[in-house]
Amino acid sequence: MKALCWYGKYDVRVQDVPDPQILNPRDAILKITSTAICGSDLHLYDGYIPSMMKGDILGHEFMGEVVELGSAVTNLKVGDRVVVPFTIACGQCFFCKKGLWSACDNSNPNAGMAETLYGFSGSGLFGYSHMMGGYAGGQAEYVRVPFADVGPIKIPEGLDDEQVLFLSDIFPTGYMAAENCNIQRGDTVAVWGCGPVGQFAIKSAYLLGAERVIAIDDNPDRLRMAAEDGKAETLNFADEDIYEKLRSMTGGMGPDACIDAVGLEAHGHTLDAIYDRAKAAMFMATDRPHALRQAIYACRKGGTVSVPGVYGGFLDKFPFGSAFAKGLTFKMGQTHVHSYLPQLLELVQLGQIDPSFVITHRVSLEDAPSAYSTFKQHNEGCIKVVLKPDLRTNGNGNGTVH
Amino acid sequence: METWEVEFEPHNESEQQNKQDGNTGVNVGKYERIASAVGGGALVGYALKSRSKASVALGLIGAGLLYRGATGQCEAYRALGVNTADAGEDVARDVHIEKSITIGVSPNELYKFWRNFENLPQFMDDLESVTPLDGNRSHWVAKGPGGAKVEWDAEIYNEAEGEFIAWRSLPDADVTNAGSVHFEEAPGGRGTYLKVVLNYNPPGGKAAQLFAKLFGKEPGQLVDSNLRRLKQLLEAGEIPTTEGQTSGREASTEENISPNATEPLAGRAAAGGASFGSERGTL
Repeated sequence: MKALCWYGKYDVRVQDVPDPQILNPRDAILKITSTAICGSDLHLYDGYIPSMMKGDILGHEFMGEVVELGSAVTNLKVGDRVVVPFTIACGQCFFCKKGLWSACDNSNPNAGMAETLYGFSGSGLFGYSHMMGGYAGGQAEYVRVPFADVGPIKIPEGLDDEQVLFLSDIFPTGYMAAENCNIQRGDTVAVWGCGPVGQFAIKSAYLLGAERVIAIDDNPDRLRMAAEDGKAETLNFADEDIYEKLRSMTGGMGPDACIDAVGLEAHGHTLDAIYDRAKAAMFMATDRPHALRQAIYACRKGGTVSVPGVYGGFLDKFPFGSAFAKGLTFKMGQTHVHSYLPQLLELVQLGQIDPSFVITHRVSLEDAPSAYSTFKQHNEGCIKVVLKPDLRTNGNGNGTVH
Repeated sequence: METWEVEFEPHNESEQQNKQDGNTGVNVGKYERIASAVGGGALVGYALKSRSKASVALGLIGAGLLYRGATGQCEAYRALGVNTADAGEDVARDVHIEKSITIGVSPNELYKFWRNFENLPQFMDDLESVTPLDGNRSHWVAKGPGGAKVEWDAEIYNEAEGEFIAWRSLPDADVTNAGSVHFEEAPGGRGTYLKVVLNYNPPGGKAAQLFAKLFGKEPGQLVDSNLRRLKQLLEAGEIPTTEGQTSGREASTEENISPNATEPLAGRAAAGGASFGSERGTL
């Protein structure tokens, strides 16, 4: 089969690789019908995530058709159309039973590696480094899904791939980020980063009852989407002093909740952002927490800072004094995708949200390498790329269908 | 946790004999001295033959090992406060490991699973087989360093159903070892706190143990990973793996494989576990 493999910084290649096999009784094999490139795939593309190996198959947002089942999977049948959570969970351990699916104790075969770095290991993830399990991802024609009796959700007739594909990650991720804000009547939520997760966080904040949502980015296309599709007020951090502006927009109080949908590669124009870049370039710190610092500083007293953005290592100059002085609540972590699937699928079915609004690019799997570059550079107004394994390439490495 | 102490009854006769070594400066055990001398001699021999820069360093290490074999004195051990001369050769005390894990089944269920020693190789990576002999005795076969087999007979010398099992190797074991496993009901319906206490003298003695630590093959990590596999087996019904999965490293066209691919790590991860090497860490 064809699969997109990682070979290093800015180096991903489509290769012919062996087809996946059933390895455990609870496995399933899917034929991929749609898969997407996630903003967090760019952290791999940029070489920020440790324990990647050359030849790893990327991709953790995917859906498809069941073509083979392990002996212990009885709730699915060949031919079922399913979306798969990017977090792999056993469904049986203490954490799964508590609904903390992304903290599953039993799904990471390399838990010892993650334990060494983080103290304890989270769940295994598809296509996201060996520390996170080393599972082959879904930017391919076929994928092996472990614990397939627990994760995949069946998609009813009448819904397109594009309406349900993002249940795999970014929709639940944006939704959990908003839910973590404990939104009350009259609340203002500020969202740093208007990539796809930020876009879903904006929509979800309104769904959960926010009075106002303020979206922050420096990319005009993303800000336009946040304003037009998300109905958010927008701020461009290239033009504005974000703290001052947020303060003045909220009667001097600050937003009730702040969402950092940027993560470890934040960039900005203030002095601390430049300092972060220099430190990260010198390998003295791994993450550049500029957006997070600003969110902490701008948040109102007693407010919540919710972090769906991915962090991988160590932060420098973290304003913990400000967080303490204001009594902030922090909520973060990988999404407990399994918990959200039924209710979010229902929202899609009811027509309360059509997640396909974030898609700007549809390309063949073979053109995935150039799509990574386009996505990375924000070229051609690129916000979200969907890869279609059955789309033919147009041969010039630019098989884009807008 | 304190209530879990179990009295070992190790073979004690070496105690007085060790006192005699007290003031001689000897801090390396007998068999280890022999191993040091043989290994050191081989390294010096290799270095003299190959005469590269790297082999000079190996030669120096070899010379050090030869010295420590001949004199029974080791500066590194002195600096680290280690003394293996005190240990009788048939008492399992070079390596002491205590590890705990919570497993979501009852203490009785867990006890029954463990007590059937034939089950242990299902989750202990380096254990090949355990065969029951008569009564409380069993025969153990494990993979040793470099693929060699190590074998021993063991006996259960103390146990309480659903609470603990304690065993020790019988004389003439390839690896002198003793251990116990304890099952305590966890609060809030969380299942069982399982604790393993393990003592053994690894092949190659304490020196091998120190080298293993330096290179990240710490036996405690292997016990951790074995216990994790037990938990996975009993809770999830299977041990998660990526062994045998597809990747670009198995690409059908050679040209696709980068010459700089990180093969050593590839080998480790493809082995499917958190195992960082083949240093044995089973019971």
